[in-house]
Amino acid sequence: MVTVTVNVNGEPRTASVPPETTLLRLLREQFNLTGAKLGCDVGDCGACTVMVDGKSVNSCLMLAGQADGRDVLTIEGLATLERLHPLQEAFEQLGSLQCGFCGPGILMSAKALLDENPDPSEQDIRDALAGNLCRCTGYIKMIEAIQGVARADGARPAPKSA
Amino acid sequence: MKSFTNANPRDVAHAVALSAQAHGANRSVSFAGGGSDLLALVKDRIVAPDVIVNLKTVKGLDQVAAAPGGLTVGALVTLDALDRHPVVRRDHAALAEAAGSVATPQIRNVGTIGGNICQRPWCWYYRNGFPCLKNGGNTCFSANGENQFHAIFGGGPSYIVHPSDTAPALVALDATFRVVGPAGERMVPAAEFFILPRDDAKRENVLAPDEILASVHVPAARRGTRSTYHKILDREAWTHAVVSAAIVLELEGGVCRLARIVLGGVAPVPWRVPEAERVLVGQRITPELAAQAGEAAVSGARPLAKNGYKVPLTRNLVRRTLVELAARA
Repeated sequence: MVTVTVNVNGEPRTASVPPETTLLRLLREQFNLTGAKLGCDVGDCGACTVMVDGKSVNSCLMLAGQADGRDVLTIEGLATLERLHPLQEAFEQLGSLQCGFCGPGILMSAKALLDENPDPSEQDIRDALAGNLCRCTGYIKMIEAIQGVARADGARPAPKSA
Repeated sequence: MKSFTNANPRDVAHAVALSAQAHGANRSVSFAGGGSDLLALVKDRIVAPDVIVNLKTVKGLDQVAAAPGGLTVGALVTLDALDRHPVVRRDHAALAEAAGSVATPQIRNVGTIGGNICQRPWCWYYRNGFPCLKNGGNTCFSANGENQFHAIFGGGPSYIVHPSDTAPALVALDATFRVVGPAGERMVPAAEFFILPRDDAKRENVLAPDEILASVHVPAARRGTRSTYHKILDREAWTHAVVSAAIVLELEGGVCRLARIVLGGVAPVPWRVPEAERVLVGQRITPELAAQAGEAAVSGARPLAKNGYKVPLTRNLVRRTLVELAARA
């Protein structure tokens, strides 16, 4: 067994798991965070996408031990009890998801993109979603939602420098 | 998934020692960089290591060091970091473009340059567990089977294509690999690192069981040098090259002084085409000359039953890439 401590959505969580446990299984089965989905389990579909130290990763292809001591952000960390994340709101407004299975992964890839590049082109968005498969909605409404959030963000006044 | 134990080395020498120790105890070993390819192979029961030596714990191998003689890229540098590195983008564009063309953002954020170079083949017979040459059997099922994506150069007895995007770029950039093993370290030119199936069908490179690819040295770009990597996919994202070309040109007053053209997706190793390079040296690169070089590039092609389309694809890719690269300011 390996003991793993991960900072999940801002809270340190610890579990003791067999060494072959993936980060995805750690999140779902030990921490009851079932937002990240088990799809293909080999990195093709992106349904398991979470952010580790600010970067999108396939949690099915990362061992829990590799995430030890790192910051992990999952879909459960986006919304607060009061409010959805702007990306979630935009997806809801535009009907960007139908069955929703791919949604948590798509949203984490979109968040990783906007964190690094607040003003992405359509091609940037397409590239950022290249590792996420959607088999029912299609991608157009997702791209529109992400563009909408990026624009809304760009329209906001720049924060005053300290 | 089969159970295994993790070994966390302090440094490269320790990683080698842990591997040798496990082999000594008759246990199978795999090295993991980012671990993406390895974990998928383990899940699919293509490889079954008893011990995984986790190279991520080795300090200092995740750095790109720029010096007047060139760049030293630690094997644990991620493909994403390489794609974004300002010096790599400016001086060795073929490498940045190749790294940025790999798989998906999620894979590039974790996948390393060392792992990309050393990844196993993506032949569907191998990955689906057929008892083929790569899986310890005595047959290459692609030879007379579904060989749409297989080799048109250098095939036999196995017809895999080398799947790495960065490997052709590194051969074109004349890189050298630092390999560390039980007997110490050795420097291997990228062009000599990869081996053809006719020399050993079980593996794709010269690494012995306890050896590690520790870093990659890319010599400083000479004056007038430019490079690029073009990749043709059968869909827009998330797949390996059907055909790719890494090209380095050294131009002086518009005349080509040196050309290195290395193809990906068409051979079991990154495939250099000196026939095409010879067409260019001492000449101005016009569209007509580029077309001649494209013809020369495929002069040695030996397509299988279902991959003949790769021949015109390769010819045109070399032509187009040369025209585009020669026109770059």
